[in-house]
Amino acid sequence: MDELITRREVMVVAAGGMALSQAPAHGADRASDASEKQTSDVPVSLRVNGRALTLHVDQRTSLLDALREYAGLTGTKKGCDRGACGACTVHLDGRRVISCLTLASRCQGKDITTIEGLANGDQLHPVQAAFIEHDGLQCGYCTPGQIMSAAALIKEGHAGSDPEIREWMSGNICRCGAYPNIIAAIRHASRGA
Amino acid sequence: MAMIGQPLDRIDGRAKVTGAAKYAAEFRVPNAVHAVLVQSTIAAGSITGFDLKEASDMPGVLAIITPNNAGKLTHPENVPQAVAGPLLQNKDILFNGQHVALVVAETLEQAQSAASAVRLTYTRGEAATSMDAMLGQAYPPKHFRNGARPPDTSRGNADESFATGAVKMDATYVTPIEHHNPMEPHATIAAWDGDRVTVWTATQGISGVQSTLAGQFGIDKANVRAICPYVGAGFGSKGNTWPPATLAALAARTVRRPVKLVLSRSQMYTSNGYRPRTVQKLKIAAAADGALLSMRHDGFSSMSRPSLGEFAEPVALATEMLYACPNVAVTHRLVALNAALPTYMRAPGEASGVYALESAMDEMAVALKMDPIAFRLKNYAETDPHENKPFASKALRACYEQGARAFGWEKRSAEPRSMRDGNILIGWGFATSTYPTNRMPSAVKIRMEKDARVVLQCGTQDIGTGTYTVMTQVAADTLGIPMHHIRFELGDSNMPPGPVSGGSMTVASVSPSVQAACRALLDKIKDRAVAQPGWGGQSRDGLQLRDGQVVGIGQQISLATLLEHGPIEAEAKTQPGDEKKEFSMHAFGAQFAEVRVDPDLGEIRVSRYVGAFDGGNILNAKTARSQLIGGITYGIGMALHEETLVDQETGRIVNTNVAEYLMPVNADVPDIQTIIVPNDDKNSNPLGVKGIGELPMVGVAAAIANAVYHATGVRVRKVPIRIEDVL
Ligand code: FES
Ligand code: FES
Repeated sequence: MDELITRREVMVVAAGGMALSQAPAHGADRASDASEKQTSDVPVSLRVNGRALTLHVDQRTSLLDALREYAGLTGTKKGCDRGACGACTVHLDGRRVISCLTLASRCQGKDITTIEGLANGDQLHPVQAAFIEHDGLQCGYCTPGQIMSAAALIKEGHAGSDPEIREWMSGNICRCGAYPNIIAAIRHASRGA
Repeated sequence: MAMIGQPLDRIDGRAKVTGAAKYAAEFRVPNAVHAVLVQSTIAAGSITGFDLKEASDMPGVLAIITPNNAGKLTHPENVPQAVAGPLLQNKDILFNGQHVALVVAETLEQAQSAASAVRLTYTRGEAATSMDAMLGQAYPPKHFRNGARPPDTSRGNADESFATGAVKMDATYVTPIEHHNPMEPHATIAAWDGDRVTVWTATQGISGVQSTLAGQFGIDKANVRAICPYVGAGFGSKGNTWPPATLAALAARTVRRPVKLVLSRSQMYTSNGYRPRTVQKLKIAAAADGALLSMRHDGFSSMSRPSLGEFAEPVALATEMLYACPNVAVTHRLVALNAALPTYMRAPGEASGVYALESAMDEMAVALKMDPIAFRLKNYAETDPHENKPFASKALRACYEQGARAFGWEKRSAEPRSMRDGNILIGWGFATSTYPTNRMPSAVKIRMEKDARVVLQCGTQDIGTGTYTVMTQVAADTLGIPMHHIRFELGDSNMPPGPVSGGSMTVASVSPSVQAACRALLDKIKDRAVAQPGWGGQSRDGLQLRDGQVVGIGQQISLATLLEHGPIEAEAKTQPGDEKKEFSMHAFGAQFAEVRVDPDLGEIRVSRYVGAFDGGNILNAKTARSQLIGGITYGIGMALHEETLVDQETGRIVNTNVAEYLMPVNADVPDIQTIIVPNDDKNSNPLGVKGIGELPMVGVAAAIANAVYHATGVRVRKVPIRIEDVL
């Protein structure tokens, strides 16, 4: 995520620039259609699950909201919107990122994989299949994030032992408490991977 | 082969691992706009004015709803799920974080931005924020257990007999405010069509949503449709119909467009209840041989201002029934604060109460120099000593035995600080678990299509517990057809009503109506068969459905032929019988924890866990195990992590996020061994189930606290237990 500006950084920048943007009191103008476009029509072209998409987002839109609210891809979940739960994990150019702290407007030209794009057609990704077999889920709300993290950490070689999986999966909160089953699923999937 | 009991994969597993499962905020409703709540920043007083100029001038803003323009909503009577407020009905501020306005805008970003520009002025009142300072003004709840029983009970004379004990304990235990924090935030999309409203909402009870909104907006129940096929868990926080669902509907009516309202994680700390803080005073006395003589359990729980409703944490109910003690007194009291309304949270009452009770029992065992399990067995209740009734079934003794064997309990040396691994102190702790078996009325519709596939419908919920899966199993066994020919649908209030998914009662309530509906369908199939030419005189009861054929005496006909006349439908309603009058109905369990404590750093890790449970008949061994490990994990959180912190100056919750409200993460949870003690409790309900949603979390905090004592010799009488408590 290093070369991307995170949303948190941008918020800081925006706060610093507040006085400037408030100076011209164009209340009426700001409510007009023209200025609405100004804030809410930032075109971003990116590939999501292999498909080229151009989204017209707001400059404040996170990648998470771009997926859920603009692209209609609701498989990626919002648990905290603050980078603390992992539910929004997606792959960006092959690396896992938390999409709630990634600005959509900085994803120009990027390649995104979400939970909807992980399976190969009807054939589930081994991690998805293992989550079903080991019941690594209950309500299922944290599950897309868990699976996206798990798929990435297996690839990265971080699934060598149970303690290693536990540590590397600790950025994904499961309030239903499916952790032991999640470990079993990842162990199983990584043996086959 | 019978499907019931098998460790089958979750039917909704594929939808959940592919992102196809749709939660409330994820439905595509054309033309929908976004609403964002504004909450108060003081804890007591009243609003004197709004400055909405900046916010209403911002791009995309469609409406700002405040108490000045919200219009009147009616509070429905006799709808237990209806929450009285805050619903923008007046300008009183009763707690910090109270809803004071709602901003509606074209996009989420615009609504969020405008919400942050809403300015309020207040007059400040005096806020009561410290429960401990207010204990002297505690009062008895008015509607304890919805009026089903008094808040205080006693048998014998607990106070007189206390004096006669050879061994006594008298201590106070404290549990903090805890928040459910389901991973899915509360969300509602509301869309009006004339005077009919549809809400896609995150709830544990669509029937409650329907009745609440109908009452609040003064429309017919039939004009409210609540939809919730998947819910990102609730743990009690989605049991009531909280104000945000109502406010979403109000906003949609105001702007005449569908409105989506999703709470931020932070807002969830003051919008949908929490487990109240409790202060519990335990006094126990026993004879020298360990026989209990006297138990007294006085429970205080924190509350909101009474005008918001009432919720009393029923902490002492288990104390009444768990042990054979002749003299027992329990009381429940409330302490009103400037705080939001508390509510049920996983194992309400038992989670907090059994923590205190089973910690106190451990203290007694230590004082008596008895093994903790032997002490429990010495006082084992063969019948319910409070209700004077037999238990519908009770396999607690087997839970103790099997749990202890699996854990290796006999290798425990009793002395604190006597077990070590190098420098690390090892502690083994034990506690009993119990939770009542509940059941409510439920109705199911069933239809066999022309292709012999079956669809069942019930307005129940699957909160992650496996309702879709186990109900399909029950239907498959009752109908004698394969599971993949059956679809069980839920989560729509247009379906026949099911109960709220709480109190561990979904399976006990819904599965009997699934069975009854299947039987009614079979009867109709057979009726159609005996009405065939040549079948005259055959009795319906003599027929059998086998491999797609209805078989009678010397006759058989394929289902396909029968269904040529059209699909067959049936419906069934079931409700509890008199079993509660005859029996005391409870699930039981035994919790065993090993902790490892670093004596220099005070770091406490749960390193091993065994739980043995009598949850009655288990319908799916795989999803049941998930419930058990999930409950134990919730209990680990209660023991070591979870605590909502309120700033006493401002009444503001300071850790309204999942980074500072600590919850167990993967690295906090060890291997958990779960043991299901076989017990088919047909006295309680037709499927013999007891419910296992809450049971596994009860007693966990006590088992861990007792293990921490065993490891360190330090008796901590509050949770969560922190590093500084054992140093
Ligand atoms: S929603 Fe992004 S980390 Fe929680
Ligand atoms: S499955 Fe519910 S939060 Fe993980």
